[in-house]
Amino acid sequence: MALTVLLSCCGALLATSLVVLAGVRGKAPTLLIYAISLITTTVAFAAACVALLDAGAATQSAELPIGLPWLGAHFRLDSLSALFLIVANFGSAVASLYGLGYGQHEQTPGRVLPFFPAFLAGMNLVVLADDAFTFLLTWEFMSLTSWALVMAHHRQPDNARAGYIYLLMASLGTLSLLLALGLLAGPSGAYSFEAIRSAPPSTAVSAAVLALTLVGAGSKAGLVPLHVWLPLAHPAAPSHVSALMSGVMTKVAVYGFVRIAFDLLGPAAWWWGAVVLTLGGITAVLGVLYALMQHDLKRLLAYHTVENIGIIFIGLGLALSFQANNMRWAAALALTAALLHVFNHSVFKSLLFFGSGAVLTATGERDMERLGGLIHRMPLTAFVFLVGSTAISALPPFNGFVSEWLTFQAILLSPRLPQWMLKFLVPAVGALLALSAALAAGCFVKAFGVTFLGRARTNVARDANETDAFSLTAMFTLALVCLIAGVVPGYFIDALAPVAQQLLGAQLPEQRQLEWLTIVPIAQSRSSYNGLVLFVLIAALAWMAAYVIHRWASHALRRSAAWDCGCPDASPSTQYTADSFAQPIRRVFGVLAFQAREQVDMPAPGDMRPARLHVYLRDLVWDAMYAPVSGLVGFAADRLNKVQSWTIRAYLTLVFGALVALLMVLAVWH
Amino acid sequence: MDRFVLDVAHLFAGGLVLVSFLLLYQDRMFGLLNTFALHALVVSLSVAWQAYIQLAPHLYITAAIALIVKAIIIPVALHRIIVRLGIHRTIETVGGIGQTMLAGIALVALSILVMLPITAQAGTLAREDLAFSLSVILLGLLMMISRRNAVSQVIGFMSIENGLILAATAAKGMPLVVEISVAFSILVALIVIGIFLFRIRERFDTVDVHALERFRGERT
Amino acid sequence: MALILDALVQVAQVALLLLIAPLLTGYVRKVKAHLLRRRGPPLLQPYRDLIKLMRKEVVLAENASWLFRVVPYLVFAVTLVAAALVPTFATGLVLSQAADVIAIVALLGSARFALALAGLDVGTSFGGIGSSREMMIASLAEPAMLMVVFTLSLLAGSTQLASISAFLHGPDVGLRVSLAMALVALIMVGIAENARIPVDNPATHLELTMVHEAMILEYSGRHLAVIEAAASLKLLLYLSLIGCVFVPWGVAIAGQGVAAYAVGLVTYVAKLAAGGLLLAVFETVTAKMRVFRVSDFLGAALMLGLLAALLLFVSQSV
Repeated sequence: MALTVLLSCCGALLATSLVVLAGVRGKAPTLLIYAISLITTTVAFAAACVALLDAGAATQSAELPIGLPWLGAHFRLDSLSALFLIVANFGSAVASLYGLGYGQHEQTPGRVLPFFPAFLAGMNLVVLADDAFTFLLTWEFMSLTSWALVMAHHRQPDNARAGYIYLLMASLGTLSLLLALGLLAGPSGAYSFEAIRSAPPSTAVSAAVLALTLVGAGSKAGLVPLHVWLPLAHPAAPSHVSALMSGVMTKVAVYGFVRIAFDLLGPAAWWWGAVVLTLGGITAVLGVLYALMQHDLKRLLAYHTVENIGIIFIGLGLALSFQANNMRWAAALALTAALLHVFNHSVFKSLLFFGSGAVLTATGERDMERLGGLIHRMPLTAFVFLVGSTAISALPPFNGFVSEWLTFQAILLSPRLPQWMLKFLVPAVGALLALSAALAAGCFVKAFGVTFLGRARTNVARDANETDAFSLTAMFTLALVCLIAGVVPGYFIDALAPVAQQLLGAQLPEQRQLEWLTIVPIAQSRSSYNGLVLFVLIAALAWMAAYVIHRWASHALRRSAAWDCGCPDASPSTQYTADSFAQPIRRVFGVLAFQAREQVDMPAPGDMRPARLHVYLRDLVWDAMYAPVSGLVGFAADRLNKVQSWTIRAYLTLVFGALVALLMVLAVWH
Repeated sequence: MDRFVLDVAHLFAGGLVLVSFLLLYQDRMFGLLNTFALHALVVSLSVAWQAYIQLAPHLYITAAIALIVKAIIIPVALHRIIVRLGIHRTIETVGGIGQTMLAGIALVALSILVMLPITAQAGTLAREDLAFSLSVILLGLLMMISRRNAVSQVIGFMSIENGLILAATAAKGMPLVVEISVAFSILVALIVIGIFLFRIRERFDTVDVHALERFRGERT
Repeated sequence: MALILDALVQVAQVALLLLIAPLLTGYVRKVKAHLLRRRGPPLLQPYRDLIKLMRKEVVLAENASWLFRVVPYLVFAVTLVAAALVPTFATGLVLSQAADVIAIVALLGSARFALALAGLDVGTSFGGIGSSREMMIASLAEPAMLMVVFTLSLLAGSTQLASISAFLHGPDVGLRVSLAMALVALIMVGIAENARIPVDNPATHLELTMVHEAMILEYSGRHLAVIEAAASLKLLLYLSLIGCVFVPWGVAIAGQGVAAYAVGLVTYVAKLAAGGLLLAVFETVTAKMRVFRVSDFLGAALMLGLLAALLLFVSQSV
């Protein structure tokens, strides 16, 4: 039943996008298209909620007679799919709501509107797919529609390059997944996931499949070193699409990894978890360090997505390690932490991208160093952006802290792991996680502080206006969800229990019944957390302090100039910029991560030109991996270019040689 | 074995690893010497404790030799040499304290990873002390390769020696004769190195090994 | 009935914290002055300062926003909640089920986040200096603190502060070098977080030397009083944390009766006095470090914490 509803919603979205492609123009279609998307995705969200939360619901499958003739298209709705459908459709619904307002400012709606519903449908279909062919087809469909959306403003030179690199990396990812699923299907060619599940492969093949899945799904999610397309492509798209790509599409990639690694591959080896853990830890720290060096707001948010994907993969790696050692309840804890972070991140990353979209619409600027003081001109946007920043920095009482806390609790179970390598690796990764959390807080103090606080640095910032009601409604909804998920996380953890039960055979103890809505993941004596009590206490104490002081001490207030040591500075460019805020951290961490160098160019005495400060940063991943590969490809392409100008006799010789070689191979084989 | 006895031995061995890290962190000459004196003191305390629990009185003499020779005589002698050479104000150039410490942690993890599984048959105390002594040896080697000053390299070499003593006493069976000869060879090595240092300094006006390499044409 | 008694103990503890925090600050200043052969301000001077500030008018910069006015109360509330979670003279606090040590670290992080934003709000370079340096220090101090928390949790098998304190009070813990390393790392982190010499000077207003003072430079009147009270509370929190974890003797277990509480109170005050004395001596003996040496200092604390956690595995394996 729910599956039928979901498939019909996808069909409706695809039909909408076809209709728009057929050629409808103008302003009314914008509202109509986004409204249709909003309604459809809300219905899909409700269906997915019913599927996940209904305790008695069994897995539903369906087979449609489309696609390959002997295969058909299989679709399946189990608790894992239901969870990711909830994430995807909630994000899509809020993005459509935001688009109702934001889409009005779109200069070329004809390049965005046809592909938006198709993108939403593609993401839903990937999660529902139950055989290799459908999975790959819908995966590539999702990539192509998002590429079309990235190229919506293709006249800007950065965007063209971003789209090109995105297309390359997406193709690489799909190729890896193709190989992985091909290996899983085996020589018999059993492509449906049911068949794959019932015939787990040997350990060597499993290792190869895991590696290929890490490349394929990891590149779409943003694991280092395959993340390079993400900070180029995500900012290039329109803001609601950026939110969808960062908040939802990366999670669909995580779904792909979870489906293959936990469901299709069979029993795990212990070192799989170690590899995933290490990759996750490195991704988390590098992602946030890159984010700290940015002064483009959307690029900062995109690099931050990389960090959070790292955190999710740390949780997944822990779950794999525990599962390989048959510690099912610990694996359930780690998996729940990772999946809760999937949900949390999609919520607050969408919120932050919407905020940056609002700023972009109001000022036309993405560069933080040309903004400032927006809290006075756009107070509501500033408030929700603050909520999003606090949530993403993993600070109580919001939801980011809950998933980080659960991850730390899983890390603290590491002494029970028997392998020595894991015993050392897990605390080291815990240190990396702690480091990335602290750096993330610094990153968002910079992002919020430089953009919204202080004095306006340019005229556009001085004259900005608040955005429209639809955008604000979408943002406030997300902010409310951040607070609720942080204050009563027990309900969300219980909702995730069926997923852990399905994949691992164990689940966390039930949280709903605990008194005062505390969450206790392992045992009462070991650890517990109560977001509601903390939130209520903090609010009550702050209010009481303010009341007592205002009542019995003074409440006088006077406005005056800021402290300036006697030298008034009227220019707002003397306040801290994004680069200057990041300078101490760049000096401490940048030398190792980016070979950061500063060079001061002082003029000689008497020379009137200004002094200049140059900061040199090298992207070591790009220089070490991508530049050589692209150089190699260019070199090979140059050599092969000569093939274009051969004579006819040479071409015939080539065909003849290939034919003879293939016949020889055939002869030897038999 | 009694819990308290194990804990104290563990404390001394772990403390030796900690002091090796302190040696890595130092960047002033006199601080380096004082930390090395502390290193030798912790080794002698550890050997003395081993003498107490193994009921092996000859180890007390080993502890005393470690204390007197390595904790008192050698630091004082090096102190004088440094003042004579006039390099006591030189601030050491270490290749990044953060990176060195990270490498040190990785080495400790590696030595624990190697030692504990392969000594599964041995007693608790011996296993721990062997793992820690391998850490101290590796940290001493790290100190030697991350310093450019000859005196610090000498100190790194001597901290390796301390790690070896810890391993030898933990493994229950090291005759006194070996210790005396080892101590004497250290003294001789020290005198030789001291003379060498004087010669180098007279020739090149520096004891920076970098300058030596430049002269020998090994680097431009 | 037992619940009401526990709630009373919790409220009494919060009241004690609020009352004692300025006294601790005054005591540390007095000891430092005596070490420098001065008489120093009276012990109760911080109370007088707070009352004076609360009665004064607030002078607000022209472009300060609502955030600037809300942050002092928020920081105060968050620090008070975090401090209320640390057992001082008795364990078995009602709130201990609500948050564990990791939550305490995160709460202090929230307070720092809010204060750093307030520093950037007015749009002068002083606030920017303070905020950026504070976030650099925090990016190393918070992981170091979490490593110490890891070590203690791995030992005690729990992240709740009451369980950790009870374990370290009990017979199972031996003389572990990991605990010594964790203590040293916690002291280093405490010095950095409370803006004490050698990381930051709490008595200076030169822009070369200030971190915490730079962030709160624009605050005046009752806002400044609330922030100063929060800073004193934070110092009290760290001393209480070190006391209840590493010097746990004398803490009353819940339900032991009034005499045990009285003994707990006396030992707590003694621990605070000893801690304050050591802090004052350390501050007088050391010089303030350059800002970019602080990263080496805190990096060493982080390494110590990581090493302590790793060394635990050596002994836990046998």
